[in-house]
Amino acid sequence: MTRRSLTSRTNRNAAAWLFLAPALTALALFFALPVAFALALSFTDFDIYALGNWHFIQFVGLANYARILETPLFWTALRNTFYFVLAGGPLSVGVSLGTALMINSRLARFKPLFRTVYFLPVVTSLVAVAIVWRYLFHPAHGLLNYVLSWVGISPIDWLGNPDVAMPAIILLAVWKNFGYNMLIFIAGLQNIPDELYEASEIDGAGAWRQFTSITIPMLAPTTIFVVMITIIGYFQLFAEPYVMTQGGPLNSTMSIVLLMYEQGFRWWSMGYAAAIAFVLFAIILVFTLLQSAIQRRIQG
Amino acid sequence: MRRRIPAIALNIVLVFIAITTVTPVLWMVSASLMSPGEASSFPPSLLPKQPSLQHYEALVDRLHIVRYFLNSFVIAGAVTLISLFINSMAGFAFAKYRFRGRDRLFRVLLTAMVIPAQVTMLPLFLMLKTFGLVNTYVGAIIPGLASIFGIFLIRQFAYSIPDSLIEAARIDGASDFKVYRSIVLPLCRPILFTLALFTFMGTWNDFMWPLIIMSDDSMYTLPVAIANLMGEHTPDLELMMAGSVVTIVPVVVLFLAFQRHYVRGIMMGGVKE
Repeated sequence: MTRRSLTSRTNRNAAAWLFLAPALTALALFFALPVAFALALSFTDFDIYALGNWHFIQFVGLANYARILETPLFWTALRNTFYFVLAGGPLSVGVSLGTALMINSRLARFKPLFRTVYFLPVVTSLVAVAIVWRYLFHPAHGLLNYVLSWVGISPIDWLGNPDVAMPAIILLAVWKNFGYNMLIFIAGLQNIPDELYEASEIDGAGAWRQFTSITIPMLAPTTIFVVMITIIGYFQLFAEPYVMTQGGPLNSTMSIVLLMYEQGFRWWSMGYAAAIAFVLFAIILVFTLLQSAIQRRIQG
Repeated sequence: MRRRIPAIALNIVLVFIAITTVTPVLWMVSASLMSPGEASSFPPSLLPKQPSLQHYEALVDRLHIVRYFLNSFVIAGAVTLISLFINSMAGFAFAKYRFRGRDRLFRVLLTAMVIPAQVTMLPLFLMLKTFGLVNTYVGAIIPGLASIFGIFLIRQFAYSIPDSLIEAARIDGASDFKVYRSIVLPLCRPILFTLALFTFMGTWNDFMWPLIIMSDDSMYTLPVAIANLMGEHTPDLELMMAGSVVTIVPVVVLFLAFQRHYVRGIMMGGVKE
């Protein structure tokens, strides 16, 4: 090896780090550092007095986490969030898969048009459409109850009844999000080689047989990915209840992130709110690990 | 012939879903043109009797909507430009350089994506407050400066640039930055455009961070402003619809104009290696 190539290799390395420097600096200062800081914060009693003067901060160990476990409102928020994730997530993925299969079907017409229309809600601002849906859900003159009255369903107080407020939010979330996963499913469906279907047709397999023995297994990796991003996203439920219900009625739509926001930025109990944030992180982490274990099993 | 009935049924279902999907959006536009109280009647009116722009005028004259629009535009525009520059350099370095610890560093970044942004918001607010950056554009822009997803997207794309092209430029004496600027950036134009769309629209629609960092009325972005309008008074339905239209229309227009580019980003991010 000549000296020249050695120095140029060192220069290459230096150049690479220079290219990385802005991104790594930004991520370190405004992402990694705050995460570490948040963990530290969750072990303190940082509150509105500390906001004015940091000398008031005291180390309280795990007291915030203990307080979380003792607070009924936290358990309510946890239950609501799981309700949203476990009912809304599968429903959303199901609608995405269903529409993807229909659009991908040979029988469907105007595919690009349907694809665009179905995707449109995805790009809209969540706050704006939450406001629109708040009026659509109006018990007396909302469009939804009006349409339901055609089939004889009597008016539902969507956002005023604790039993249906979360289903109403799920309805909005599915409407807003299904187009995104639908596109990923369509890409997954188009990656399945046609030969598989042709071969099975020769073997005399019917449409249903093809669906269960080719489409479903071939879509498994896509499905796992879609389920994972949906679950992670749904755990962060915030804007819908913030705009439509403020967590009510009777806290039936209070979510973990909304609780964190209220504790942290309305009451300035930032130590407590940081602990809530870490509970959210832990839950998301567990689900992510679960997903990747399933993924390994399927692929390995 | 055997296919006829299933085909008709399938397309009817597709049309039905399409109507369900667009109705809220169309109704929003229609209600925004109605006179006060008209949309809150029973049965609900679908079209304005006398379309008028009075709510849009009220938004401009009384409710400073132009200011909010500009705030949103400046923040989304700045995040897009700066992050594109920062992410593209990093993506290029990950794709085309071999340096010690590269793969491990990249894995660390991908792993860090499971950390929800909400975890960082409390400390980030305190940090920015210490530096007097609450209620400033800088404060709103900071979390968006670099994005792991953006770096990932550009790295995937930059792989396809032939090494021979880069080598040839180096033999001609081009510096590393010259290679980046005059070979990598032009060749990455499609993915840069896609990422720009994603970033702009994502920042425009972002709600929680601007809600936290902008406490002064004059610094609100559009989503924060309309959410606040909704919460403070019980405003006219028609006025709120006009506010929603102003918030939604720019991103919908961008999407419809550049759909192909936007969808490519989802496909690249969505299809695993």
